[in-house]
Amino acid sequence: MDSLSDAQTRRVFLKLTAAGAITLATAGAAFANAADVETIIQKMTGGKKPTEGRITLDLPTIAENGLVVPLGFDVQSPMTESDYVKSVHIFAESNPNVQVADYTFTPLCPKAAIQVRMRLAQTQRVTALAIMSNGDAYIARKEVKVTIGGCGG
Amino acid sequence: MALTVTPRVRMPKTAKAGDVVEVKTLISHDMESGYRKDSTGKLIPRHIINKFTATFDGQEIFSVDWHPAISANPYQSFYVRVPKTGVFEFTWFDDNGTTYKAQQQVTVS
Repeated sequence: MDSLSDAQTRRVFLKLTAAGAITLATAGAAFANAADVETIIQKMTGGKKPTEGRITLDLPTIAENGLVVPLGFDVQSPMTESDYVKSVHIFAESNPNVQVADYTFTPLCPKAAIQVRMRLAQTQRVTALAIMSNGDAYIARKEVKVTIGGCGG
Repeated sequence: MALTVTPRVRMPKTAKAGDVVEVKTLISHDMESGYRKDSTGKLIPRHIINKFTATFDGQEIFSVDWHPAISANPYQSFYVRVPKTGVFEFTWFDDNGTTYKAQQQVTVS
């Protein structure tokens, strides 16, 4: 009997999550926080639309623990006085605070690459925005599935 | 809150001039996000390290502003070039105004 009711609960749970996933998908860009990210990006690039590419985002597809999600990036750049990566900004759109970290590089850095550990409150899209010394902006995004959330609770 | 905050840095102590080396840093800190509640339902105030910088002979080469989404005991790795024999200094800035420092002398052979 126990195993049967367990199976039923599981079925109900699966149904609920499936329904939830559909709502999330249809809501899509309606998330207030995703809009926050766009606003901040616009402000940082001065209204310029960032181009896709040049950033390699190193993130797990599935994070088992949202409290410690390894994040790495590598921005392609010669890193010389005249052409280098000025800053890289990381955003997590479904965190209570969408900003994760703001990196400042100088021509003294041989490459704009780092590794860090971050918190993700739930399954969401992580965005990296790179601003070059000449003002060009590049963007990369990756969806990370979180099985146990970080940030409070 | 951990009683002592210990910064740790791992990087080569010797290098050839112009070598690119990876610096790995770790510091023990709770990084209290300000979004957690205690057992009585009250918000625990934010207490994080909000900035990290790296300098070589006093000149800044790399810095990062951290927000509450950085994990506890923050690990940060990055790359530097060793132009000559000198001292790399790493500084962490706590929300409460404290700074934690670590130094590493690198000898060019």
